[in-house]
Amino acid sequence: MGLWYAISGILLLIFFVVIGIEGIGLYSLFAIFIPYAAILLFVVGFIYRVLKWASSPVPFHIPTVSGQQKSLPWIKADNINSPYTTGGVVKRLALEILLFRSLLKNEKVEIDAPHRLLFRTSVLLWLGAMAFHWSLLVILLRHLRFFLEPVPSVVVILQRVDSIFQNLLPILYISDLIIVIALAYLFLRRVIYPQVKYISLPSDYFVLLTIAGIALSGVLMRLIFKVDLVQVKEWVMAMLSFRPMPPKGVSLLFYIHLFFVSLLIAYFPLSKLMHMPGIFLSPTKNMRNTSRNDRHINPWNHPVKVHTYEEYEEEFRNPMKEVGLPVEKE
Amino acid sequence: MEDVSKQKALKIDYTLPIKSWMEPTVEFRKGTYGYPGASKHVNYLGLPFPREWQPTDKDWKLPENWKEIILRGMKDRLGRYRSFRLFLDICVRCGACADKCHFFIGSGDPKNMPVLRAELLRSIYRRYFTLSGKVFGKLAGARELTEEVLKEWFYYFYQCTECRRCSVFCPYGIDTCEITMMARELLNLIGLNINWIVEPASKSYRTGNHLGIPPHAFKSTVDFAIDEIKEITGIQVEVPINRKGAEILFITPSADYFASPHWYTFLGYLLLFHEIGLDYTWSTYASEGGNFGLFHSADLAKRLNAKIYSEAKRLGVKWILGGECGHMWRVIHQYMDTFNGPADFLEEPISPVTGTHFDHVKSTKMVHICEFTADLIKNNKLKLDPNRNDKWKVTYHDSCNISRGMGLLEEPRYILRNVCTEFYEMPENTIKERTFCCGSGAGLGSDENMEIRLRGGFPRANAVKYVKEQYGVNLLTCICAIDRATLPPLLEYWVPGVEVAGVHELVGNALVLKGEKERTTNLRGEPLTPSEN
Repeated sequence: MGLWYAISGILLLIFFVVIGIEGIGLYSLFAIFIPYAAILLFVVGFIYRVLKWASSPVPFHIPTVSGQQKSLPWIKADNINSPYTTGGVVKRLALEILLFRSLLKNEKVEIDAPHRLLFRTSVLLWLGAMAFHWSLLVILLRHLRFFLEPVPSVVVILQRVDSIFQNLLPILYISDLIIVIALAYLFLRRVIYPQVKYISLPSDYFVLLTIAGIALSGVLMRLIFKVDLVQVKEWVMAMLSFRPMPPKGVSLLFYIHLFFVSLLIAYFPLSKLMHMPGIFLSPTKNMRNTSRNDRHINPWNHPVKVHTYEEYEEEFRNPMKEVGLPVEKE
Repeated sequence: MEDVSKQKALKIDYTLPIKSWMEPTVEFRKGTYGYPGASKHVNYLGLPFPREWQPTDKDWKLPENWKEIILRGMKDRLGRYRSFRLFLDICVRCGACADKCHFFIGSGDPKNMPVLRAELLRSIYRRYFTLSGKVFGKLAGARELTEEVLKEWFYYFYQCTECRRCSVFCPYGIDTCEITMMARELLNLIGLNINWIVEPASKSYRTGNHLGIPPHAFKSTVDFAIDEIKEITGIQVEVPINRKGAEILFITPSADYFASPHWYTFLGYLLLFHEIGLDYTWSTYASEGGNFGLFHSADLAKRLNAKIYSEAKRLGVKWILGGECGHMWRVIHQYMDTFNGPADFLEEPISPVTGTHFDHVKSTKMVHICEFTADLIKNNKLKLDPNRNDKWKVTYHDSCNISRGMGLLEEPRYILRNVCTEFYEMPENTIKERTFCCGSGAGLGSDENMEIRLRGGFPRANAVKYVKEQYGVNLLTCICAIDRATLPPLLEYWVPGVEVAGVHELVGNALVLKGEKERTTNLRGEPLTPSEN
């Protein structure tokens, strides 16, 4: 159900670009106005959401501990899974952000006999997620060549490495290949595995399809419907210097690519894609497990009504005295 | 109620319903929910909207402006808890958490997948607090807040034990415990709570402990323990109560001195303290380590927790030692100092026996008994005869809060290896940070909730069954009072023949006391050697 909403939404949007460009010729709208608006929405929205999180305090010290605490000196403490130094927290977060370490722990539980549980390691989701995010990063970095003049050597080298198989498959980037496969996997698992399908929202499919639209239109522009990259770069530079003009020598495909990119970044702050900045602020992952050593302050720690010892003794003084328990007031 | 007798095993069915989860449906079947809080106790604590009602009633007698109260409560908490806002925002529904929840594994109910449990709340958050939810509605996963949604909340947020296992596997560390805590706070704003939480909290508030034991009854139960110890060991132990000027205040869950098999752990503490000549005291005012307030709201947790520091101050002790309990240690390790600190009237804990500085607790000034005992053993301060536990083939259950809220993993294992001869670990997917909940924590341990408890405890029991079949394990040790109360019926159902004990019960058995008579029985009064049948 949600899947069909998402697919129809995507088709509608493609149709929108086709009409806009081929039908009415709204080049400035798609090449200037929408990208500017999208960037603005992205920047403002992104900052707003992050500030919104930051403005809520972390009242309690709640790391999810996943290893031995630091206690007695002869017990080996686990500084990554139960970090007791800031360095440990940085390592824990870095492993999480760069290598998706928690996903790597994933295991699948099955019931084999009527009442016997079986645990299987399950790395496919980790592999799919790693493949997707890392190839996305490489692709983003490669795109820097459109934004920087001269193109930094790092970007050039990255591009060379990424196209190392050029002799076998002309002009095919490894990252392009990987991201398409990874996206297909991430999409199919939402469609095929009943559990994942059950929890998926239309917006989950929508994001995947939008990114797939960007990736496929990009690949097609490189392989089949070539665009004049010099013209594209000129357009980017003009946009960056706020003297915008629509690009020359580009096809409809370029506009679809650009529109989907705009759509994605405008939608970014409204969506679950905010998991990207969110992980840095996650209080279960970014705190040290030293709460008995360093007092954590709750900024709204308000007074509460308590039952004092005096009230307690008042109620139980006589029986306490009868059994010889010491009391404050005779 | 589904028949929970052994003749007819509970069916676990992972078939998903055809209806989308977004349509609220909930069926209050006997055995799957806890009874609501009794007005008497709700009143005593001064909590809102006390009334008589049942989840099976059509009319829950909600206050007229309940929707407004909930939404205002949500807004308030979004502003006070970063975890709440963040965890509602960043889930990508990857599904890695789905089969990590013991309630999902044992029930097959998709709304027990942590992701969907959170979506029950998240969908309301989206509808009322996010732009995409307001604009795109259902497409963005937003739902209207209706009475049906509320009923679903009540059912599923009192079907989460706040064990945090899902949080270990979540790539963003989204902790369903935080979500459940917030949902319960909201439900409590309109008087939707369960008696198994409210009653112990109210009793603890009044008498100092969950069981409602008044000080004179506490004294007689202690006297009884002294007699029992005399009988088993020939030693007369002294048990100081409310003694001012003692060096250490000892606090443990009240079940330890009133329930079985906790009682033997209690005897273990008393023997240990006697043997090392500890200068300590019990307190009747703070006679509870556990804190059922935690399962209700941060405020109630703080109200109950306040007694510990205030009693330590009144008695003039130097530091505090805490007994074997799970959620008690979540509060002490992660909340107490923030709630009711700073404990600047106490001193940094030093073991009076070994001289060890517990310099990982410099601020809170409260040491876990396993840290304390492990240090004693390491420094050869205890004479132990592990053969006295030869009756047992032992495994160890990490309590959720102790492992994922604290990281106390090796201390109890070190003690166990020194006090018994046969110790076997359960499979690694089921211990330490991956440990499975008993299925009855966070206030869900009532008898009326038995079917859900047996389902939730199934993964734990299954791992016990594995070591029973592999190594002949017949004793499951743990350092949590809720575990000790709820694991026996669980194991009796899934793995008959395995008993439950606290770690300090085995310490008490193994401990060779100066001047004791030859022991013929363990603390349970059973013969020391394994019986042949």
